[in-house]
Amino acid sequence: MTTATAAELASEAVPIEIGGMTIALRTHDPSFRQQIAGRYAGFLGNMRFAHLEFDVDLYEPSEPPPTDNGLKVKFKEGGWQLQRGDFRARWNPNIRRGYIRQANNPYACDSLLRIVHTLILAKQGGFLVHAASAIRGGKAFIFSGVSGAGKTTISRLAPPDTTLLTDEISYVRREGDQYLAFGTPFAGELAKVGENRSAPIGGFFLLEKGLENSIEPVNPAEGIQRLLRNILFFADDPALVELVFQSACDFAGSVPIQRLVFFPDQRVWDLVR
Amino acid sequence: MAEKYIARSSAIAARMLGGEMMVMSTTDSTFFTLNEVATVIWQAADGRTPLSEIVANKICQEFDVDQECAQRGADRFVDELSRHGIVLVSEHPLINSSTLLESR
Repeated sequence: MTTATAAELASEAVPIEIGGMTIALRTHDPSFRQQIAGRYAGFLGNMRFAHLEFDVDLYEPSEPPPTDNGLKVKFKEGGWQLQRGDFRARWNPNIRRGYIRQANNPYACDSLLRIVHTLILAKQGGFLVHAASAIRGGKAFIFSGVSGAGKTTISRLAPPDTTLLTDEISYVRREGDQYLAFGTPFAGELAKVGENRSAPIGGFFLLEKGLENSIEPVNPAEGIQRLLRNILFFADDPALVELVFQSACDFAGSVPIQRLVFFPDQRVWDLVR
Repeated sequence: MAEKYIARSSAIAARMLGGEMMVMSTTDSTFFTLNEVATVIWQAADGRTPLSEIVANKICQEFDVDQECAQRGADRFVDELSRHGIVLVSEHPLINSSTLLESR
């Protein structure tokens, strides 16, 4: 029997830092490590700051996948249990360790990371939201909307003095009295990974295409309702639903939520400052 | 007509923001925005005060509306919220209503 040393174990881990939080994936498979290290190249963190560690067990496509293709996320017996067609995972928040069994492809990692971050963020007043985001003039601006609302379009039109954080999934974290937006590796149609940077949020826009550009006020109830529709949330857990609701209300009380009606050309960015 | 007693369900999240009360079911994520009158009924839904008394002592006093009209509106509001499990309705006082009410 052989025992792996701490250095050997660390060498098998890939620490991925998103939103200032490092989640390490540990696998014996060097080609998979290489694959995910490349996939998250701009988001590799340091093992010393790992918030959570997962041991990853891979199975080859020839192995029959689980029969249930629907995503299930539930808290049971002191830990989170995540299940989808291409992965199963367990995670104990108290010891910050977990186990993943997934198909040997990097796509399941994206989903797992998104789910784990939403669960952690929910208890910290933050969330992931279907939105593009970018930094301009030292402030982050978030552009939220369903598919087709213009997230990719507005990202594509961003002028050179902006830093794109994501064109698909924005990361919002509360720190003290302010909210920060962080870059994410979760890309949409633009197929471009965001920059791993952050900035205080200067505005949250509900995207709507129109014939001219304008910013319109949105009453708090509509703002919160639209925000809630776009927040990523996976767990069937009333306590967490309440946390997300309260987070959305806190956010709306702190960050202006407005409607950005835009005609798809670069002039829309004249309004975003 | 039988009296109604109403209590807020524990399976809800609620917050007053910008002068509006927002309520969401934590079981099916149904979202409601309550107007001023509905907010008063919501806040008074302690499981022990009859709805008719809430209407007479709060709605009619605060909003200068006749009792019959206010009672009809209150009945419709309570029926809708109860269909979504936002409030519990009974013909008798909800004795354990303190356990049903959220703490906020």
